[in-house]
Amino acid sequence: MTEPGLYHILFISAALFFISVFGFFTRRNLITMLMSVELILNSVNLNFIAFNKYLWPNRLDGLFFTIFIIAIAAAEAAVAIAIIINLYRSHRSIDVENAEEMKY
Amino acid sequence: MNGSTTIFYLLAAFTLVNAILAVSTRQIFRAAIFLLFSLIGIAGLYFWMQYEFIAAVQIVVYVGGITVLIIFSIFLTQQAGDLLQKPKPARKLFSALAAFCGFALVVLQVYQHSFTGDSSQPIQPSVANIGHQMLGVNEGGGYALPFEVVSILLLAALIGCIVIAMRSKPETT
Repeated sequence: MTEPGLYHILFISAALFFISVFGFFTRRNLITMLMSVELILNSVNLNFIAFNKYLWPNRLDGLFFTIFIIAIAAAEAAVAIAIIINLYRSHRSIDVENAEEMKY
Repeated sequence: MNGSTTIFYLLAAFTLVNAILAVSTRQIFRAAIFLLFSLIGIAGLYFWMQYEFIAAVQIVVYVGGITVLIIFSIFLTQQAGDLLQKPKPARKLFSALAAFCGFALVVLQVYQHSFTGDSSQPIQPSVANIGHQMLGVNEGGGYALPFEVVSILLLAALIGCIVIAMRSKPETT
């Protein structure tokens, strides 16, 4: 147990990213896939903040990117949930296997 | 091992355990609650790194906004008591394998690389400094253009949501 630093946070961020990638591969329900995407975006945010704090403490660029990513993630979640609810209205199901005729 | 270190490891374990539970539980509502706790753990890590503003934004936007949106959409689309279908064992195995291999690759690369940072005078990540550096036109600023792009994106997403979710009215009104 050493003093936590940049490497510890990068380890957590990588672990979180690949846990969510695992969830994204195994889930077949659109809402749970959306949850995995949110976790992936959060692990990226954690990376940006850690780099900003430990490598370039005299700038705030990493923090700005985190703010932009949070805004884009919120917009993405809202649009995705609108699409999911619309899909549920027409198909009565939100599994990805049942949504294949969306491409026509 | 002092208090700060202990808190860091506790927050890390809390975040990762809740993330694992969120992607593996078969009850979708519990998955949403575990996701909520995982996001709170990440906000705690931001607090631990003393980026208070971004931690507050994380709690407001993710914990207060996106998770509530997800829970509402679960209410709208799932029947009570439904379990999610089990993934096929082969798919589960290969997904775990792919995730583990990617994780091992990334961690090995990170630990072999030695980062060289800039160790000049640190700047306080307070709201005043964030505002000056993001929207200022003097030395150090210059994020006004991405800021405007993001605000236009938010407007477009808002209009897009309304258009997608709008129920098409019957022709005879």
